[in-house]
Amino acid sequence: MTLLRRGGAPPRDTEGATPPDPSNDDRKRREQRQILLTRLDLRTSPYLFIAPFFLLFAVFGLFPLLYTVWVSLHDWTLLGGNQGFVGIDNYVRLAQDAKFWNALYNTFGMFVLGVVPQLLLAMFLADTLSRRIRAVNFFRMGLLLPYLTSVAAVAIVFSQLFGTEFGLVNYALGFFGIDPVNWKGGTFSSWAVIAVMVDWRWTGYNALIYLAAMTAISKDLYEAASIDGASRMRQFWQITVPMLRPTIIFTVIVSTIGQMQLFTEPVIFDGGSVAGGTQGQFQTVMMLIFEEGFRFNNYGYGSAIAWTLFVLIVLIGALNALLSSRIKGAQ
Amino acid sequence: MRASNRRHWKVAAAAVGAVALLTATACGGGDTAEDGEITLTIDTFGVFGYDALFEQYMEENPNITIEENNLSDLNADYVPALQQNIAAGDGAGDIVAIEEGIVQQFYLSQSDNFVDLGEYGAADIEGNYLPWKWELGKDAEGRVVGLGTDIGGMSMCYNKSLFEDAGLPTDREEVGARWETWEDFIALGEEFQKAETGASFVSTVTPYFNAMNAQGGTHTFFDTENNLVAESNPVITDSWDLAEQMADKGLSANLPMWSDEWNAGIQNNVFATLPCPAWMLGHIESTAGESGRDRWDVASVPGNGGNWGGSWLSVTTQSEHPEEAADLAMFLSSPEGQTSAWNEANTLPSSPQALEDPAVTEFTRDYFNQAPVGAIYSETAQQLEPVYYGVHNAQVSEEFRKALEAMEQGQASPSEAWDQAISNSERAAGQ
Repeated sequence: MTLLRRGGAPPRDTEGATPPDPSNDDRKRREQRQILLTRLDLRTSPYLFIAPFFLLFAVFGLFPLLYTVWVSLHDWTLLGGNQGFVGIDNYVRLAQDAKFWNALYNTFGMFVLGVVPQLLLAMFLADTLSRRIRAVNFFRMGLLLPYLTSVAAVAIVFSQLFGTEFGLVNYALGFFGIDPVNWKGGTFSSWAVIAVMVDWRWTGYNALIYLAAMTAISKDLYEAASIDGASRMRQFWQITVPMLRPTIIFTVIVSTIGQMQLFTEPVIFDGGSVAGGTQGQFQTVMMLIFEEGFRFNNYGYGSAIAWTLFVLIVLIGALNALLSSRIKGAQ
Repeated sequence: MRASNRRHWKVAAAAVGAVALLTATACGGGDTAEDGEITLTIDTFGVFGYDALFEQYMEENPNITIEENNLSDLNADYVPALQQNIAAGDGAGDIVAIEEGIVQQFYLSQSDNFVDLGEYGAADIEGNYLPWKWELGKDAEGRVVGLGTDIGGMSMCYNKSLFEDAGLPTDREEVGARWETWEDFIALGEEFQKAETGASFVSTVTPYFNAMNAQGGTHTFFDTENNLVAESNPVITDSWDLAEQMADKGLSANLPMWSDEWNAGIQNNVFATLPCPAWMLGHIESTAGESGRDRWDVASVPGNGGNWGGSWLSVTTQSEHPEEAADLAMFLSSPEGQTSAWNEANTLPSSPQALEDPAVTEFTRDYFNQAPVGAIYSETAQQLEPVYYGVHNAQVSEEFRKALEAMEQGQASPSEAWDQAISNSERAAGQ
């Protein structure tokens, strides 16, 4: 600190009037020191400025991450603490654990059911909003509104809409002569409800990202295309989509990471339980981590699942990155 | 360069200052203000009937503010949250309510998280509690960590107007006489379903399963050595068989207990009966509201009495004001406190003095057609025997609830559901 402050605001006498009767040697030494300090300042200051983030990350991000690895190699209970080293036993158990595979299957199922329609719809919305329509800013802002509501509020409202006995959706279906659906009971139906909750929140967000990218595409391309007689549909698939590829890959990565950690919506849908329905039909990996760690007091095993999930997300991220570099290469 | 550097430092200094200020403000938000004001938080679930008592206590102790954190679902919400807060060493209330089903979980395996109330004078008031209630509030070393509040007792609530629609007797004596046993109860249920009122006889089979378990004897899922015996304990297998019959005969509305849908079912007359430990009366009244007045009545329960539920109050070691918290806990669980809670929510007292108080024994509940609930509950209360539930009871009963729901909703056959319950229970119990 002291060094830097001196470096930043050096004593006035180095550039101002020479003080009376200075020793020549002394002044040289002082100037040299000054140069050294300035250089030090230039080199180190940037690092110091970004240090707070990395310090916080190290304490609250990196340390827990590594500590989780440590915990996952032990028989560790929530209350009793460390019960001894067990090596990779927790991971061996995980590989044979039907509940884990079920949770992974559910997570991927909800991912496909949620993200694919979400991104397609976002693209469609963005394309619509990039045209000249009335009150375009109103609609653009409107897209973001669901994103502003809290996850919990969305999940509570949707859980009630999809209630079996008193839900509005079943009530509406009744007009078409459809028997009440036990949304929570079935595997696919429960996934669908959760996908709807997720999409409600995130479609608008993704649409705005696409919209921003679309406005950056040169209008000349479209003009040239329409002179050549390309239909709007053709323009969309052959100009808009290819130009949006990097953006699409970004949204896919972000959505994947979010979906893999899906937790709040299904928990609230199940009335606050992490069991994910009567038979775990919508229990996600995150819910299983929570159930093992905090309900069954099995901290070590919960950590092993958490770490496995982390590795899976990194792998999927890497796969996405690989794909995106391929696409760039093709261009 | 120099100028811009200096500006950077100013910005940095401002940022550091702001952070420091924020931290200082955050610290200032603690429990104790300078003038000796104390806020005591109390974690409860369901209905405890403490509103009048809180007001009285705050009036008598002007420096104390009481905040109640209430969750309605015990096993799905309250227990996990409490367990996390206790394990984390932060977040639990000064006083927490411990229910019968989790007494062993908290008092036997983690009692060092609770204050020894004996140090604050609880030892002198042993006579204020039924002996078994007092004993269960002690930990393995004999420290008093919990003070009894209510006990469950048992009766059967029934929706009088639905019974009338179905052409069944509506008088509480007659109704009670029609279901001496659970087999009678199921037979009456079939009769009810035949009348096609549009309602179901039971909301979900889970509360009946719980009630039958509670009547069964000394232990349920675990023996007193904490071994999981659910698969072999005849209490459990018998209750399961009866629950299976209820589901099989279509008596159930399939509304998961404590869910929004279940509560809406109480409001909308979707089911006709509900096992009623004393504390359930408060839940029905607050859920059904004014429009439900005189609709529900209280009859004796099939089988032989039994106790379901009831709680203790504990002061956590997390509390910054254990002395004040202990005082409040003793106030709430005193015979007078229990009588007041009884008056407010009909939580059946665990104090012999309160149980003999005419305010309890002669009490008729206006909301429930003037049912003499005081007499119905207090009659059997003095003879109740405790059931040992075991350290992992909350987790295992949650697994059974899910399996029963899967069975009644038709996602699993009865035998599949049983296998699911057993294997998931073993996992939940760590065995």
